[in-house]
Amino acid sequence: MSQESLVEIRDLNFTYDSRPVLTGINMTIPRGKVVAVMGSSGCGKTTTLRLIGGQLKPTSGEVRVGGQVVHELDAKGLYDLRRRMGMLFQFGALFTDMSVYDNIAFQMREHTDLPEAMIRDLVLMKLHAVGLRGAHALMPTELSGGMARRVALARAIALDPMLIMYDEPFAGLDPISLAIVGELIRKLTDALGASSIVVTHDVQESLKIVDYVYFVSEGKIVAEGTAEEMKNSKVPYVHQFVWGEADGPVPFQYPSRPYGEELMGSAVRHG
Amino acid sequence: MDNGVVRALRGLGQQVTARIWRLGYASRFLLAVLMYSGTSLRRLHLTIREVYFAGVLSMIIILVSGLFVGMVLGLQGYDTLARYGSTEALGVLVSLSLVRELGPVVAALLFASRAGSAITAEIGMMKATEQLSAMEMMAVDPIARVVAPRFWGGVISMPLLAALFSAMGIFGGYLVGVQLIGVDEGSFWSQMQASVDFREDILNGVIKSFVFGIIVSWVAVFEGYDAEPTAEGVSGATTRTVVTSSLAILAADFVLTAFMFTGT
Repeated sequence: MSQESLVEIRDLNFTYDSRPVLTGINMTIPRGKVVAVMGSSGCGKTTTLRLIGGQLKPTSGEVRVGGQVVHELDAKGLYDLRRRMGMLFQFGALFTDMSVYDNIAFQMREHTDLPEAMIRDLVLMKLHAVGLRGAHALMPTELSGGMARRVALARAIALDPMLIMYDEPFAGLDPISLAIVGELIRKLTDALGASSIVVTHDVQESLKIVDYVYFVSEGKIVAEGTAEEMKNSKVPYVHQFVWGEADGPVPFQYPSRPYGEELMGSAVRHG
Repeated sequence: MDNGVVRALRGLGQQVTARIWRLGYASRFLLAVLMYSGTSLRRLHLTIREVYFAGVLSMIIILVSGLFVGMVLGLQGYDTLARYGSTEALGVLVSLSLVRELGPVVAALLFASRAGSAITAEIGMMKATEQLSAMEMMAVDPIARVVAPRFWGGVISMPLLAALFSAMGIFGGYLVGVQLIGVDEGSFWSQMQASVDFREDILNGVIKSFVFGIIVSWVAVFEGYDAEPTAEGVSGATTRTVVTSSLAILAADFVLTAFMFTGT
């Protein structure tokens, strides 16, 4: 990928409780593109997003966003950077004590001095973009999973961010909501001229909308390329993942003692 | 045997160290809350909203409990005073017991159970559902926006609730002592008025309830913020809020009483 990059990750290592979570990660997220980070649960995808957002600090290596090294920023610098980012959390993370309208107006009220009439117009525009203008008065508990995800998406783009991060945006959605959210990610990225990072393990839906894919396994990048390249990849892990095979490089069985040995041991104990 | 003793001592040492570490962490957290309180107090509507949730919604339990505690004091006090032929001092006994001791302490214990647990559960659930993370990613500090208003809401509510508890208790004592048993109404009120000192009794009671408000609110917001983000974690944090703040209230009450009332 040769376009001008918005996010650059170089030789990133992250260790949690002396357990390596990410090892030697290198990624480039160009401006105006949708990039997917795929891999099985627990492989370090969400950790990558948290490192980009500055919620975690790398053990070594660096993450640059808009030319700034994220972990070197002070609190003010980090908050200034985050104002230009949007994040969609796995289950929306909507503020449950606020209506849909107030959730989207939240950032505008916190960070701008816009008059309430203008905030109203902006909120309705964001809601219109995700097809939920009519739901502005509802509370988060009154929304379906798909609607909550769309409201969270409208909230993520409230201040027209340069970078939007999506943490498992397709998890738990019905096929219609899934298609709607996928289409919105693509359309909003293009309309805002933003960059998007989609962390997901939903292969079929994400390959339809992304420009580039990184495959992560056990904290390392094992493959990267365009959606088409990934579909035709011969890398065993990618092949197993894309075609949803039960067994392969990611084994069906959780690591354990040999089966026979375990059963014999049990027989001796009970005998 | 020796190994067992060493293991037990090591375990004890680790537990003590962990508790001291946690106390230090909680103190740093309180410092952060105080540092970020400016935002909370400048945007007063955030704190007023929490005064409503912590204070106004706790009024029913405080008023009803206060009434019953005052009625019991009326009955027990009359029974004791009757042995010494000084039943006209019932008003003094009821009012001093309430404003000095029972008002601040019992109101604080009820406040910890009713509002403290609710604050912990709310913040804990916000953490479990990533609402606090979402706020951080929106460049809004959750300590300033969520924690500080709840802390100050609790601190402001507590003395007001304790005052209501004491007032209701005195009314309960009046109902039982004067209306039910027949103690002279003039003696009941005039002796109370003559014996209760504003600075010594009422002000010290207010100081106590203010300190208890800080304790309960601090424990509640800390436990919620530090809760493990699971259903079990939030439930454990809620229990810890009630247990820790109740014990801390009783311990602090002893210390405050020793300083305030010894020798008077």
